[in-house]
Amino acid sequence: MPGLAVTGLSVDYGHVAALVDVSFEAEPGAITAVLGANGAGKTTLLRALTGLVRSRSGSVRWRDTELTGRSVEEVVRCGVAHVPEGRGVIEELTVEENLRLGSLWRRRRNRRGFDEVFELFPVLEERRSRHASTLSGGERQALAIARALMARPEALLLDEPSLGLAPIVTGQFMRRLASLSREEGLTVVLVEQNARSALSIASTAVVLNLGRVVVVDRAEVVAADVQLRHHYLGF
Amino acid sequence: MQRFVDLTLNGVTNGMIYAVVALALVLIWRSTGVLNFAQGAMAMFTTYIAATLIEHHASYWLAIAVAMGAGAGIGAVAERVIVRRVETGPALNPVIVALGLLVVLEALAGIIWGGSLRSFPAYFSQLGVMVGHSRLAFSYFDLYVVVSIALVLAGLVVLFRFTSLGLRMRASAFAPDVARMLGIRVGRMFTLGWALAGVVGALAGALVAPQLLLSPNYMDAIFIYGFTAAVVGGLQSPLGAVVGGLALGLTLAYVGGYLGSTLEALGALAVLMVVLMARPRGIFTRVGERRV
Amino acid sequence: MTIVASGRTVTSGGCGRRLRLPHQPMLRHLVLALGGALMLFAVTSAVGPYTDYQIGQIGIDAVAIAGLTLLTGTSGQISLGQGAFIMVGAYGAGMLFVHTKLPIVLALSLGVLVSAAAGVLIGLPASRLRGPYLAGMTLALAIGLPAIPVEFASVFGGEQGLTVTPPVPPTGVDPQRWLTWIVLVAVLVMLVLLGNLVRSRFGRAFRAVRDDEVAAAISGISVGRTRMVAFAVSAAAAGLAGGLLGLSTGGVIPDAFSVGLSISLLAGMVLGGTGSILGAWWGAIIIVYAPQWSTTVSSGLGLRQGQSSNLALLFYGLVLIVVILVAPDGIQGRLVRLWELVARRMRGPGAGAGDGGTGSETRAGGGGSADLETEDQETREAAT
Repeated sequence: MPGLAVTGLSVDYGHVAALVDVSFEAEPGAITAVLGANGAGKTTLLRALTGLVRSRSGSVRWRDTELTGRSVEEVVRCGVAHVPEGRGVIEELTVEENLRLGSLWRRRRNRRGFDEVFELFPVLEERRSRHASTLSGGERQALAIARALMARPEALLLDEPSLGLAPIVTGQFMRRLASLSREEGLTVVLVEQNARSALSIASTAVVLNLGRVVVVDRAEVVAADVQLRHHYLGF
Repeated sequence: MQRFVDLTLNGVTNGMIYAVVALALVLIWRSTGVLNFAQGAMAMFTTYIAATLIEHHASYWLAIAVAMGAGAGIGAVAERVIVRRVETGPALNPVIVALGLLVVLEALAGIIWGGSLRSFPAYFSQLGVMVGHSRLAFSYFDLYVVVSIALVLAGLVVLFRFTSLGLRMRASAFAPDVARMLGIRVGRMFTLGWALAGVVGALAGALVAPQLLLSPNYMDAIFIYGFTAAVVGGLQSPLGAVVGGLALGLTLAYVGGYLGSTLEALGALAVLMVVLMARPRGIFTRVGERRV
Repeated sequence: MTIVASGRTVTSGGCGRRLRLPHQPMLRHLVLALGGALMLFAVTSAVGPYTDYQIGQIGIDAVAIAGLTLLTGTSGQISLGQGAFIMVGAYGAGMLFVHTKLPIVLALSLGVLVSAAAGVLIGLPASRLRGPYLAGMTLALAIGLPAIPVEFASVFGGEQGLTVTPPVPPTGVDPQRWLTWIVLVAVLVMLVLLGNLVRSRFGRAFRAVRDDEVAAAISGISVGRTRMVAFAVSAAAAGLAGGLLGLSTGGVIPDAFSVGLSISLLAGMVLGGTGSILGAWWGAIIIVYAPQWSTTVSSGLGLRQGQSSNLALLFYGLVLIVVILVAPDGIQGRLVRLWELVARRMRGPGAGAGDGGTGSETRAGGGGSADLETEDQETREAAT
């Protein structure tokens, strides 16, 4: 089954070209890491995939469905979950309500149960009846990710999920993400500042610089290219 | 003493009416951030529809049901066609659009049904109930008013607190962009909010009509008081709408009863000013809530 | 070359120009007002008494709307209660007309002061309110205040109100025309004052508070006081409208100040163009003539009296909705855009947007007006 195929995607912010002719493929059951310095266009890429920003040209195909031009709700209902950088936790609702909200568009039998996400993030179970406004930054991050998983998405777009998570939790989460992706055939697109940890679980790496693709290759290859790493990835 | 009891009962009954109008306003404010100045006019229109059915020998309950359906329809169409376009942009625009809708509805009602007063059945006795040897200023009809409104309130609470639909509506109101990213069809939730308000308004219109008689303007004063109640209670809070409505109803009953009816409007103004001076965002609005 | 108030021309070079910037807008407003006055004089002299009366009503509505547009447009405070302030001015001046022999100018001015005082009183609590809460309070004001003259009937004449004897015109002048001239002169004076206020630092404070309260507060502007001043000024304009209303219609009755008045003023403001004094004139014209036009239309369609007034209302409501959806900047906004388009075309390709400035200054018709609006215009003026 095909995954996410991005072809010639270009996005402008006013007169500034944020993305220029970006193409890559994200396979199902694997993690595709999107790497690059700040301002390289990683976040813009995810936002364009979901439809939060309109692309000037190019196409995004998800399992034979064209996503460009669709509204955000429609893209999500095609099974694509997006955990944005700002997390977007709804403060006026409780943790449990936030989680439930994430699952609503799915038919009941296809939703994920609470226990599964609580296993992934035990802190959420402790806080389940509290309003989301009382959560710390890291807890909100956990909530946002868990909420995205509730609908059993088939594609998961994560924007810097490790931000705000304690290193131990990050490690755990990354490993769980990798196994989840394998077990459920999730197509994961992972934007990460921390290139090293991303490369350790990814199968494909896309390196961006100033909105353009520098290289698309298997993760091991990119990790082994010392010059590339120094130049664009900071290690 | 008897007078005080009578005034209190009156105040409660009227207060419930203001509360239900306030509730419809809060519904729309919370779901779409718009103040629906046409709420009273929408209720008037649906009540005219019910009256027409009754005049053609339909049963009271059927007429009410149809009126509620019409209310849902009018609310949904208004949101989808008109209000949707002004939900973003300067805050003055939805106000003018709603005022325009109000004028259109009242004019249409005048054209279709004429301006002369019509009666509307109460279905229950409007005679005060006998307690011992005295007659209370509270009839079975008043009981029906209070009970039906309480049921509506309970229904709304259940909807918002305990159902997925209510959760979706709340999310769409609090954070529409986030809700979209969770696959929620936010636009539909907005339309639903207006439709619900239309249903609630239809009930209010039918409950008020027996006493005030139907005319294109008959809901104007009720709307104003309902609006005052909503503002006093804080537009964020359904509980505030009810408390505001009851408080206003009681205040107006006492002012009208002890000080004379011309001063009623001034009484409402005074209540409003006092509350807003102490709490500029209404009694029940928690400071720091996102949508202010 | 720049003409300064004293008539001297200023040369460049040497010790620098004496710009006298604050005086320039006033001069321009005076010139426009004078031009408008001449035009109105010509028009009113040419038409019959009833049309003169209507022109007077337009002037009265225009000054009321101008006050409202300053409050709601420039200062960003939505008000549904302009009618209440009109009533205060009407009774204020009216009582003086009836019970004293004060000259008209004095009575009107005192009416304005009373109304401004009411504006301060209301502005005090109102300045703390935002959005729907402010709308609610002003609406309650519009409904509650007219109950006072009815309640205190012995003082204010109750439902019958006050009767005002019109001033005697000079010989040979039609009394209605004389009244209209008085009205228009007073209106133009107030509009010049309003226009100057908007150009002054008060106007900048209004806009600053409207656009970003926090930023305004940080730059040292007292938000509460600024908003209150806006209320007071708006009420003053309304007070003048009220006094003139009493004078021109020969009486002051509570019925004239219903909620409907406040709502039509709001609608007129939006239709004419929020934030613009010239827009206030368009709005006033619409308010005064719309009922007439719709009556004409519906009698043309052969409808009964009752139906025709409903048709007028229907038309009115539809216009409100359609205008907001299609042209939210109102008539004046559209005209400005049209003018800038034409001006740009006339200057040929290669002319920058800066040229639009001169074009938007020359306005035909209606005196005492400069646009209250955009920062663009302000910077253009600062540059001339």
